[in-house]
Amino acid sequence: MNMFEQARSADSVSGPPSKGDYFFDRAFQWLAKAFAWAILAVVAALLLEVGSKAIPAIKDYHIGFLTSTTWDANKDQFGILPEIWGTLYSSFLALIIAGFFGVMMAIFLTQDFLPPRLAAIFRIIVELLAAIPSVVYGLWGIFVVIPAIRPLANWLNETFGMIPFFSTSLSGPGMLPAALVLAIMVLPTIAAVSQDALRLVPYRIKEAAYGLGATRWEAILRVMLPTASTGIFGALVLGFGRALGETMALAMLVGNSNQISLSLFSPANTLAALLALNFPEAGETEVKVLMYAALVLMLITLAVNVAGTAIMTMTNKQAGGGR
Amino acid sequence: MSTNNPFDSGAGDWQPPDLGRSLTEGRALRSTLLSGLAWACALLASVPLLSVLYMLIVRGGSRLSLELFTELPPAGFEEGGGFGNAIVGTFVTVGIGALISIPFGILAAVFLAELGPDSKLASWARFCAKTLTGLPSILAGVFAYALVVLTTGTYSAPAGGVALALLMLPTVVLTAEEAMKMVTQKMKDAAYGMGCTRTQVIMKVVLPTALPGILTGVMLAIARAAGETAPLLFTALFSNFWLLEEGEMHLMAPIASLSVLIYNFSGMPFDNQIELAWAASLVLVMFVLIFNIVSRVFGQSKA
Amino acid sequence: MSAVLANALNPMGSPAAGVVIDCRLDKIFYGDFLAVRDSHVPIQKGQITGFIGPSGCGKSTVLRSLNRMNDLVRGFRFDGHVHFHGQDVYGANVDPVVVRRYIGMVFQQPNPFAMSIYDNVAFGLKLNRFKGDMDERVEKALRKAAIWDEVKDKLKNSGLSLSGGQQQRLCIARAIATEPSVVLMDEPCSALDPIATRKIEELMLELKTKYTIALVTHNMQQATRVADKTAFFSVDISKGGRTGYLVELGDTRQIFEDPREELTKQYISGEFS
Repeated sequence: MNMFEQARSADSVSGPPSKGDYFFDRAFQWLAKAFAWAILAVVAALLLEVGSKAIPAIKDYHIGFLTSTTWDANKDQFGILPEIWGTLYSSFLALIIAGFFGVMMAIFLTQDFLPPRLAAIFRIIVELLAAIPSVVYGLWGIFVVIPAIRPLANWLNETFGMIPFFSTSLSGPGMLPAALVLAIMVLPTIAAVSQDALRLVPYRIKEAAYGLGATRWEAILRVMLPTASTGIFGALVLGFGRALGETMALAMLVGNSNQISLSLFSPANTLAALLALNFPEAGETEVKVLMYAALVLMLITLAVNVAGTAIMTMTNKQAGGGR
Repeated sequence: MSTNNPFDSGAGDWQPPDLGRSLTEGRALRSTLLSGLAWACALLASVPLLSVLYMLIVRGGSRLSLELFTELPPAGFEEGGGFGNAIVGTFVTVGIGALISIPFGILAAVFLAELGPDSKLASWARFCAKTLTGLPSILAGVFAYALVVLTTGTYSAPAGGVALALLMLPTVVLTAEEAMKMVTQKMKDAAYGMGCTRTQVIMKVVLPTALPGILTGVMLAIARAAGETAPLLFTALFSNFWLLEEGEMHLMAPIASLSVLIYNFSGMPFDNQIELAWAASLVLVMFVLIFNIVSRVFGQSKA
Repeated sequence: MSAVLANALNPMGSPAAGVVIDCRLDKIFYGDFLAVRDSHVPIQKGQITGFIGPSGCGKSTVLRSLNRMNDLVRGFRFDGHVHFHGQDVYGANVDPVVVRRYIGMVFQQPNPFAMSIYDNVAFGLKLNRFKGDMDERVEKALRKAAIWDEVKDKLKNSGLSLSGGQQQRLCIARAIATEPSVVLMDEPCSALDPIATRKIEELMLELKTKYTIALVTHNMQQATRVADKTAFFSVDISKGGRTGYLVELGDTRQIFEDPREELTKQYISGEFS
């Protein structure tokens, strides 16, 4: 079977791989491929499981589910418009705060403001922010953030109560504390991805800006940020996606109240918090309806995340091609 | 700047421009102000972390004692108690998640990095893994609920483990793929040149060389999973009892976890439970940080 | 393969029985790129065949075709054949893995595995499920690679802890531990200093009593010092591409003292490089 046998010298130990080696080789490669397929299968199963379990509720409640505002398990009336509103509003507020701080942080860490050691410390701080479990942020939000902002919130309400944003007082949980904590949680994502985007700007472009006599901030604002804008936009989209799906901090801080309000201080609810709060004690009908809500949340986050990933891929390609 | 500029020999009255920077000049002033703003932002962004750590140490640390690790959670109005069963539960659920996601993730990564990096399958699998990184954790719980809880008819550690595995998988796959891609071609050439089969190259050279990077990803995934709450709420649920009760293992029954305990206790009107929630947070954050640090050590030993 | 045909392929006219690898590469492509053409190089048993030529002339490509290392390169295909003891190396039922176990290789950059010196050398033995005295074989290989004295006290140390020259000799020891019948060397000294280079050259002369060696080198002097036969390759840029081809093959002495081709003469006199 070994056609090279004659080539062996007396001392040679060379020999073809054994049958076992060949079998293992095939089996291993086959297995690895199977698991690569399995990733696709997992995503498909995710969509199918949630989708199929949501079908009965979709049949019963149709599209009106998305536009109705009552959630009453006793009367079998279900609608998630307040939750959709709360999800988008809280994520949007968090995005404004975390976007500003995150991009600032990225500039601060990539544009030579700090000696490398100090920069490393700040980088670790940002990474640690991401490492703290969300339930701990929730606890911290209840006992630190809410008491801390309540006086300011109530003063704003008393003084500027005619402005819709300040139209209610902050009695405890509410939109603003939830959005603040949410912002802290998505800040690391935005800061990290924006840093990558800024680092991808070729050095010669920065050099050119300084060479033309730009101050540091002129170089940053007029050259670096515009050049990195696609990547930073991608960072914001990914951060928004994270905020949409974040559960615990919101379940603990947003107040779980089915209402639509512009006020920063009124309690609200989000899709993820709705699932977290109602699933454990849900009856058969409610589970079906919750599956419908889960499907809505999945489709919203999926769309946002796919958009973010696509933007990131595009930026990396641009940067790769421009070099 | 000196006045005997070699370039101004012709014109006697030529003055070199003032190169000294004046802070009152608009452009420079604006630049300085913006730099101040950047510093302020960076410092302000560090406040939450410091505040969280401070609260954990002060409020959680004051309650730290051995009983926490050996006793069961107290009922309302009860004094004392601990969360030993929740620590066990966290280890068990995260362990199940790791058992599923690590072999799954590494084998898939072998395909993505070595066997068919440019294939259609690989690009789809990579896309799916990246999409999964953005999956809201609560939806992992919904999935495990539909797949395991409804099938087995009970909340259990395996159900929680499946939910966590789904969240760990993309981290393991993507970091393992990166680590394997870092293995140099000359290293692989050496093994091929010896007459290794593809699998032997992967098992004997690629995986051992990429091991630190793979472990980094695994540790990060474990750290993240240990802190997850949402996916456990209605898969593992919670339990006030030990996993091993009277010599019997209750694997197919609700199981406690640190994160769910923190959530449950945070909403209770009793000081004892609130204190326990802070202490549990401290323990949980320690676990998470240890895994983070270990992953960092692995990451550095790579270089 | 018939002796007549083998003879016809052999421009030297030396007995076909001495040919270990009969390499007849009419065209090598990477995708659409024609990298090498018309290169027929028989590798003689018990000799060192040197491959010289300017960079990009395809000498490494030809060498790596001999034990199918090029299979790892996307888009690689070729016209022609490579026969090892009369067996088609690229035959339909031949596994490249098996080919590489008989035709070992030493690479341009020293590439020890990230494991101990001992394990590096034992790697091939373990791969082939060697059942005999492992220590003895490892020592023998290290001695043959002229590195035994330098490493005998630190066999447990990482192979990466050695100097560049030592690493390369370790890689040679690793390649010869299983006693393959041919060792391909792809510019094994290009990353080394002159002293280490000397040592490796002495080693090659030593090794050729037992192994057949094919050596790619960018250093003409090295070819004159160690090679029995020399193949001179050049680059053809006439058709817009960069295609390497064999210009001349002969005894080393003849190539350097009395080249038949004008191009060879220009190259060895240093008119281009």
